Amino acid sequence: MQEFFHMGGYAFYVWTSYGIALVVLLANIIAPLRQRRKVLDGIARAAKRRARRNS
Amino acid sequence: MFNNFFHRMASPKHFYGLAGKLIPWLAVPCLLLTLAGLYYGLVKAPPDYQQGDSYRIMFIHVPAAWMSMFIYVVMAGAGAIGLIWRIKLAEVVAISSAPIGASFTFLALVTGSIWGKPMWGTWWVWDARLTSELILLFLYLGVIALHSAIDDKRTAARAVAILALVGVINIPIIHYSVEWWNTLHQGPTVTKFDKPSIHMSMLIPLLLMAVAFKLYYAFVVLMRARCEVLERECNSGWVQELAVKE
Repeated sequence: MQEFFHMGGYAFYVWTSYGIALVVLLANIIAPLRQRRKVLDGIARAAKRRARRNS
Repeated sequence: MFNNFFHRMASPKHFYGLAGKLIPWLAVPCLLLTLAGLYYGLVKAPPDYQQGDSYRIMFIHVPAAWMSMFIYVVMAGAGAIGLIWRIKLAEVVAISSAPIGASFTFLALVTGSIWGKPMWGTWWVWDARLTSELILLFLYLGVIALHSAIDDKRTAARAVAILALVGVINIPIIHYSVEWWNTLHQGPTVTKFDKPSIHMSMLIPLLLMAVAFKLYYAFVVLMRARCEVLERECNSGWVQELAVKE
């Protein structure tokens, strides 16, 4: 196990690479999830405003 | 009838629903392949006889670099389809691809740099492969910036498509750069016509990761495209209903 994390002395290079990849790939999944929420909330708010004005 | 079928398929509402159903079917296999790729790449594959364990960066670096070029071609192709046939969905796919392509280009550059430090003794050299990949990153960023600078979505899509198409010239330059110029970067070991000069134990995780990254692009581009469709169709009845419901 120790040996696995040690990566033959290249631990810093190997794990930094995999770490950055994980962060970038996860960020690309989270961004559209949040964007979808934002867009739908914006549209719902606008619809409510319109409904209030018409009543 | 044939025309009608395509029209229905490309209708924003239908696309939104279909994409939503497809995403889990792409995301789950992507996750499984990634886990398998990581297991074979980090645990099973033996250390390289020259590079020791540092070569394991390859399982991220090479698939990311392949994706950076693949996504660019898809983006330019979708842009061209949008430009010629005025298909809105193609415009949506083109612009949704840009941030994902930029991410993979960034990953290819950064992991390459981190790999270069222990192997070449430097983080960066201005050689043909590295420079042309950096230009690819700037092309992606240019596409994103141009799209956000133009308010009208249709005009923006047209401008972006033209920029993307001009930039396609960079793709063969990246691919052949290691053959055309003397460079520090090693030549291809997989994508050549004779037998790949890489051992099976290393080729298998590499291909697993490559397929996983393809699936990743497929489901993330659908997620982004769905957002883009919602924004474009914000005044239509079905989006209004959806917004109130959720």
